[in-house]
Amino acid sequence: MAADEIPVAPRRADGFLAGLRRLTRDGMGLFGLVAVLLVVLSAVFAHQLAPFDPTRIMVGPRLAPPSAEHWLGTDQLGRDVFSRVLVGGQVALQVALASIAAAVSIGLGLGLLAGLGPRWLDNAILLLFDTVRSFPVVIFGLAVVTVLGPSLTTVIFVVVVTSIPTYGRVARTQTLAIKNNEFILAERAMGAGTGRILRVHVLPNIIGPLLILASMDVPVVITIEAGLSFLGMGVQPPTPSWGSILNDGFSYIRNTPWPVIAGGIPLILTTLAFTFLGEALRDTFDPKLRRDL
Amino acid sequence: MWLFLARRIGLAVAIVAVAVTLLYSMIHAVPGDPASVILGPRATPEMREALRERLGLDRPFVVQIGSFFGGVLRGDLGTDIVRDRPVADIVFAQLPYTVVLVLASVGWAALVGIPLGCFSAVRRNSLADRIIGVLSVSFIAVPYFAVSIYALLIFSVGLRWFPSMGVGEPGDPLSQARHLVLPAFAVGLSWVGYIARMVRASMLEVLGDNHVRTARAFGLPERRIVFRYALPIAVLPTITILGVGVGYLISAAVFAEIVFSRPGIGSLLFESVGQRNYPVVMGAVLVTSVLFVVSTTLADLANALLDPRAREKL
Repeated sequence: MAADEIPVAPRRADGFLAGLRRLTRDGMGLFGLVAVLLVVLSAVFAHQLAPFDPTRIMVGPRLAPPSAEHWLGTDQLGRDVFSRVLVGGQVALQVALASIAAAVSIGLGLGLLAGLGPRWLDNAILLLFDTVRSFPVVIFGLAVVTVLGPSLTTVIFVVVVTSIPTYGRVARTQTLAIKNNEFILAERAMGAGTGRILRVHVLPNIIGPLLILASMDVPVVITIEAGLSFLGMGVQPPTPSWGSILNDGFSYIRNTPWPVIAGGIPLILTTLAFTFLGEALRDTFDPKLRRDL
Repeated sequence: MWLFLARRIGLAVAIVAVAVTLLYSMIHAVPGDPASVILGPRATPEMREALRERLGLDRPFVVQIGSFFGGVLRGDLGTDIVRDRPVADIVFAQLPYTVVLVLASVGWAALVGIPLGCFSAVRRNSLADRIIGVLSVSFIAVPYFAVSIYALLIFSVGLRWFPSMGVGEPGDPLSQARHLVLPAFAVGLSWVGYIARMVRASMLEVLGDNHVRTARAFGLPERRIVFRYALPIAVLPTITILGVGVGYLISAAVFAEIVFSRPGIGSLLFESVGQRNYPVVMGAVLVTSVLFVVSTTLADLANALLDPRAREKL
């Protein structure tokens, strides 16, 4: 993990298993991997695992502390908080998956365009990236909500727009680095078109760093979704989200701490797990990326 | 250096101009016009027409954006439609609260983060270094609004050590400081992690430099080498990174202001979004992004001043 260790002669990764072994050699990487697997499984099977309907308002006790029946207690409408946390995790991961996929594709496209296109286009795209980055994410999110209204789509839109520049910049830098190599020149001289050079040389070199960046972006996206939902500007009721569970709990924080604890702990553990996994992935597969960021 | 300065400032101005244009176009791309959104479904056509005229929405788009730019240059950000006061007055009345919060957060984060990073670098690969490393990553990863909520829950609702709302009595610095503790703790926590990491990395680099080796060869005590010859150089990159960090700090401050019911840009923005008060939203977003662009520009300039190699990058 430390950058100052004496470098050992790099061995080639012998496929998937060797990579996995290196990834989990460090305790935090192992914790990240196991926790992420648990979170993903519980999100995928959220509706099967949930003991109650997360949106059903029940006549039972309200704002109840944890009990054998309601593992994490109930909220102000008598809904089962444990079921809401499970389904909220599903919502968080769906938002992360959808928006990161979109941001990586658009960022990759714009980055390639900037790297391969004429100088003026490169400058225009860079200016656009810099402009988007000149808005603090939450401020930009609030401005977009004013225009589009609060919804899940708005959250995804905000995340996509604000994370495109990161992917775009990395894609552009890598394209520029490869474009000017002599072997590309040689291949051009032999008659290879831009399409072949893109497919065979540029894309394989960009995809790796982009995927690692994407894995490190998951906790950021989950935080933005939960943050906007906490402000009531994201996922709308009755759909549960970790942010809206926190928001409900925050209104009653002086009566009972349980909803706030139940909504916050999964959020914190998940962001920690994805961060540790992302860091381990980066250190294992692409230590150079650490300096580029 | 002068060429770099001119180009960097040119870029900053271009970014702000593009940002304003984007925001302005975005608000005008709303399905339905802002006037009916603001007034709600029960407004009569006459009311809508009157508001459209007051906001200047009846003029062509190019004229509108032109006059908005003209206004911005004169320090006029438009008129608040709810309170009927100049937006600039409202935004600049709230700005000091946010700036104080951000400065207090950075301040304590630096006071804790720099020694932690320095200690980590000097004792590298020790148990303490590993623990500090894991803590730093955790501080960075924990969602900042969750920190605000839990700080409120534990130290205010639970232990009752600190007040949970407002900024304190005007004219009473002690009460104001007590109100600042928890929000500043929540906003600064992730920066303790960032700063510790940055200082550790650059400290390790500096400790391997020739001048440090020479100092060692002269037999200077280790303490003197670390504090007198290595740390002052190792801290520099951290200072320039803080410029870029202002954006994240502002985002975190928005949540801290809302959770702790503090006045500031974040609370203002939150309230205005709820009221669909477009002029105030525009003004607040514009002021924060200018703040952000100015601080990144200053950071780049400081970097160029300290490191001549950075001047050629632009």
